[in-house]
Amino acid sequence: MTADNDGGRWQVGRAHRKIDAAERMRGVARYTDDIHLPRMLHARILRSPHAHARILGIDASAALAVPGVHAVITGRDMPVPYGILPWTRDENALAVDEALYVGDGVACVAAETEDLAIDALDRIAVRYEPLPALFDPEEALASEMQINPHAKKGNLSKHVHLEFGDVDAELSGSHLVIEGDYFFEGTTHAAIEPHCAVANVEANGVLTLWSATQVPHYVHRELATVLEIPEHRIRVIQPPLGGAFGGKSEPFDLEFCVAKLALMTGRPVKLLYTREEVFYSHRGRHPMRMRYRTGFTKDGNLTALDAATVLDGGAYSSFGLATTYYSGQLVCSPYAFTAFRFDSRRAYTNKPACGPKRGHGSVQPRFAVEVQLDKAAVALGMDPIELRRRNALPAGGTTINGFRIGSTGFVECLDRLEEASGWTARRPRLPWGRGLGVAGSTYISGTNYPIYPNEMPQAAVQVTLDRSGRARVFSGASDIGQGSNTMLAVIVSEELGLPLEDIRVLSADTDLCPVDLGAYSSRITLMVGNACIEAARKLRRMVAETVAAEWDAPADRIAFAERRLFDRAEPGRSVTCAEAFRLAEAAHGLLAATGSYNTPKDRHGSYRGGTIGASPAYSFTAHVAEVRVDGETGDVHIVKIWVAHDCGRALSRRLVEAQMEGSTYMGAAEALLERHAVDPAHGGVHAGPSLLDYRIPTSLDAPEIESIIVEAPDERGPYGAKEAGEGPLHSSIPAIANAIYDALGVRLDALPFTPERILLALAQRRQAEGAGLIAPHKGVALSGRPA
Amino acid sequence: MSDRPAKLLRLTVNGAPVQVAAAPHHTLLEVLRYDLDLIGTKQGCDKGDCGACTVQLDGRPVLSCLTLAAQADGRDVRTVEGLTGREPHPLEDAMDRWNAAQCGFCTPGVLMSAEALLREATGPVTREDAARALAGNLCRCTGYTKILDAVVDAAGGGSPTRDGSDP
Repeated sequence: MTADNDGGRWQVGRAHRKIDAAERMRGVARYTDDIHLPRMLHARILRSPHAHARILGIDASAALAVPGVHAVITGRDMPVPYGILPWTRDENALAVDEALYVGDGVACVAAETEDLAIDALDRIAVRYEPLPALFDPEEALASEMQINPHAKKGNLSKHVHLEFGDVDAELSGSHLVIEGDYFFEGTTHAAIEPHCAVANVEANGVLTLWSATQVPHYVHRELATVLEIPEHRIRVIQPPLGGAFGGKSEPFDLEFCVAKLALMTGRPVKLLYTREEVFYSHRGRHPMRMRYRTGFTKDGNLTALDAATVLDGGAYSSFGLATTYYSGQLVCSPYAFTAFRFDSRRAYTNKPACGPKRGHGSVQPRFAVEVQLDKAAVALGMDPIELRRRNALPAGGTTINGFRIGSTGFVECLDRLEEASGWTARRPRLPWGRGLGVAGSTYISGTNYPIYPNEMPQAAVQVTLDRSGRARVFSGASDIGQGSNTMLAVIVSEELGLPLEDIRVLSADTDLCPVDLGAYSSRITLMVGNACIEAARKLRRMVAETVAAEWDAPADRIAFAERRLFDRAEPGRSVTCAEAFRLAEAAHGLLAATGSYNTPKDRHGSYRGGTIGASPAYSFTAHVAEVRVDGETGDVHIVKIWVAHDCGRALSRRLVEAQMEGSTYMGAAEALLERHAVDPAHGGVHAGPSLLDYRIPTSLDAPEIESIIVEAPDERGPYGAKEAGEGPLHSSIPAIANAIYDALGVRLDALPFTPERILLALAQRRQAEGAGLIAPHKGVALSGRPA
Repeated sequence: MSDRPAKLLRLTVNGAPVQVAAAPHHTLLEVLRYDLDLIGTKQGCDKGDCGACTVQLDGRPVLSCLTLAAQADGRDVRTVEGLTGREPHPLEDAMDRWNAAQCGFCTPGVLMSAEALLREATGPVTREDAARALAGNLCRCTGYTKILDAVVDAAGGGSPTRDGSDP
């Protein structure tokens, strides 16, 4: 038996091949668009060319007259509104009376071929009455014209104002107050797989939907609501998914449309978004305008934080209620301070709706928080790593807004980065144009409260063992590429001694699997992992007791590893898992067990909204970025990023690194390249709805990344594990901003850091230097450099 | 467009002769995926931006979404399904060991570009070579780090600063 030195674990903490990678790579795994059913029709959605318009009438007769066109549906065919959060049901499957942004779905056609469906779109006549459109969130908040007809408070989608401690007194008593205005441009997920859905009414009358979704359970619920069909008459299956990042975490028009069309025509129906439709459907990161004031003592201790934020929500609520809370609630860690106030207002605008993107609602404020800290370090003459260490919340601490922190490896993250990057020795010696910057962050491992209130478990898993010595895991969790199916196999392997190839994980099928809330808020490892441990340990106990009885040995002497059970006291004595399972099945009957996980309900504040953003456990991250900036072109080259992440316990080491690298890269892309915006001068069309124009980085653009796993096990996580999928994005962005400052002495408070913005900032600095207001940065006077 | 008559094409796909009727405006990507059910070739953008549809035409990587099926008439097409024999291709094995496929959607296209790089390389393959060869294959999950690790590893270059040993 092999066992590492950590409590005898034989599987947890190693690197693993993913259980489903080979079939994906070989091209045999069937993703949603790879499903072709006999007699399948193809659907396409007609979308509004107007950012805001009343729909006066839709005439589909010319389309329906074309042979091969089977049906056209409009918003009036599915009038029941829905919304991913039950408090904000402000969407329709297709626009009913008004289109609210360029790209809003207006009608959907099903035809024999995709070509016919595309042709038919041109034959649907929609009479619009264009209405004024509002693209600026503050203008929208001031306007009398209501954008979303379901909205309850004009264009104010959500307002949260919370205050802890006496912010004004703390700030006025502070040695230093840093004030800043920040703008985080919107960004989108851009998973390489476009959204796709296939619906079919099966022989038993059950409406079956295959969808590229990361939340089958919510799609299931909303389909039942909108189509007015009982949930048990609907089955939702998530095939292998080609990336999501939050962009597939609520129902989209295509799922309702294919379902409705399949019911109407009695034939299977598929709809695959074009790439352009993916950009317009969006639900990505909210643009935020953030005004921050942060107070410090002369020793660099944080005193108070005052944040005022306007969120640009787009036409619908999506998860916006939660985003608005998160924009303030998630900045109260990893640092301790004594007073905090935030005021966040989310506005409806005539744009694609914003929602959750990796690091939901907290990536934008984290940028502001960490640049503020960097400005303070400069003002106080302190090392920015030391400033962060000094303010770190301790393990077991409570944040100013009442969240209870469990384990934290934040200081270790900073220490490890300081060493790996050569921070202390290299930073003072880097020439003008080169710089190192640091930033820190934290993230949730799932939220303590589900998005529709209920007392039931947040995660559940069923495990069965069979006579051939294999295990089957039934889980509702969605593997979106992050490797959650492999994570479950690692846990079952650890507990039952089976190698990964003997474990079959069946996931994300609402007929076969227990309810799971889906892949978002970094909840799966902690929540589904805990449920899986519970189920696996029940089976382990049954099997161990059976074998122990055979051997006349106490059950706690039985160890499981490498497809065998061993007697710890007599290592020569062992039995195969298959034989042990047969003995146990004879003794107990079918070997099946369930495990459930529900969140602790005592780890948040008792005020209204105090549960939103509270998590069973928090991950911690820090980044150091090294940049080289060309002062003449404004081009920023990221030389390297070091990322240290406290994931509690790495259940599968290389998968954790993969999440750290993917997150860090995605943050770097948002920092330098990406911009999801519409163009008001052209009626609200998207500024670049293609992967080329939106500019996601290629292999030549991506920075070198070094990942450092830090493990501060949390007693609430499975084997101590916390999240790794989203936290490691946050601080890569401010680390780059702070590195640019170190390189050039200029602050970029608006994203992305384009060459134009760099050059503008340098020009402003040159002026200030010329006026004698500031000293040259790193001793290099800008006046001596070309303009 | 939908009423144009199909034309019979004769191609070699993964070493086997194939006859398929395709409308003149249909792309090689559509014919591979929807007529031949070779689903390993993916559609990510349908406009030549993402590289998920990369296949090899007469041994060279091409974007099958920008290649009309008729252009492949009489030619040799290789898809990811043709990469693996009884044993996994060394590139697939390296990608698997490195956890270089997350969602796996870009991976078949990456493999077709990388295989051409390795096959045509006359000397050692560096990270920079790999990054250049894969510049047309967008990946949104990995940040490319482990993909480049795996390609260099499969090329026999090793990767001394990182651990890619067989888990």
